[in-house]
Amino acid sequence: MVNPHTVMYEAELNRIQTSVSALVQAANAKCVFVVDKNGQFIASSGEVENMDATSLASLTAGNIAATGGMAKLLRENEFTTQFHEGKNAHIYIQLVGNRVILVVIFDAKSSLGLVRLRVRKTSDELVEIFEQMAKKSAEPGGGSAFAEITDEDIDNLFND
Amino acid sequence: MTFINLMAREINCKIVYYGPGLCGKTTNLQFIFDKTKPTSRGKMVSLATETDRTLFFDFLPLELGEIRGFKTRFHLYTVPGQVFYDASRKLILKGIDGAVFVADSQIARADANEESLDNLRVNLAEYGLALDKIPYVIQYNKRDLPSVMSVEELRASLNPDGVPEFEAVASDGTGVFETLKAVARLVFLELKKSGA
Repeated sequence: MVNPHTVMYEAELNRIQTSVSALVQAANAKCVFVVDKNGQFIASSGEVENMDATSLASLTAGNIAATGGMAKLLRENEFTTQFHEGKNAHIYIQLVGNRVILVVIFDAKSSLGLVRLRVRKTSDELVEIFEQMAKKSAEPGGGSAFAEITDEDIDNLFND
Repeated sequence: MTFINLMAREINCKIVYYGPGLCGKTTNLQFIFDKTKPTSRGKMVSLATETDRTLFFDFLPLELGEIRGFKTRFHLYTVPGQVFYDASRKLILKGIDGAVFVADSQIARADANEESLDNLRVNLAEYGLALDKIPYVIQYNKRDLPSVMSVEELRASLNPDGVPEFEAVASDGTGVFETLKAVARLVFLELKKSGA
């Protein structure tokens, strides 16, 4: 009765990667991240070397979850967009298809208007990709690599 | 919801530590953080108040090694234990793969334990989940304190179904890794079942 797994396939991951790389260019952003609503990192592009993507993913998902909670209190379905303005860096967060979160980090080289405009196109692309992936994921055999996990495999994980 | 990345060959699982206020959830994560090689863990993120009470969650990403050619990553979360943080507590359960209930063994916290466990059941139900259907273990923490209930008493009130249970002193690490290992094992067994 645990939630079904989310399985990310290579073909769709490549398409996501292409899409976010194009967004970095088009929006003149520093970097772009795609994370799922449960806080799992999916993809990134741009200047990401010094970013702690795992923490960013978890905090973004927490942020979206908290905002979603506020929306419910106001009888809104979701607040799909957030913008946080810093001194040098700004962050634009867009909920995509109520499934994943697009995070765009940018500075003075870009503008909120441009980011907002470009995110719209990428969101449409991502909605389509994730719908396709969800269908694929629902097909039997998604997690079949794990059907043969043994107790020994599990014990080995904790050996050190 | 186990997250499987076939391209990077990674499995990501979410474990949530639940329990009443000050039962030792954050202390469990802190000990795991302190005792794990830096190469096997990420940063521990704590969203806490100025008095170090968990406000939203603690988060610790852990890498446990490989299984069947897949890297296994566990994302450990704690919830805020204080009763009035229920709205945020509920949010953390989204996408849960396994739960650890940390009980405070002190006699004075008997009611708080039961209330928190009921609250866990109610909040899981909002996601269509039930405690007896997900990977779940229980930890009786603070066994070193003077006025504690016996394990039999704790079991009778908190663990009638006999899920794996562990005595712990999270502040010195006793029982912490045993608890984590047990819930991880159950998560993998669930993964195995669903992959069959």
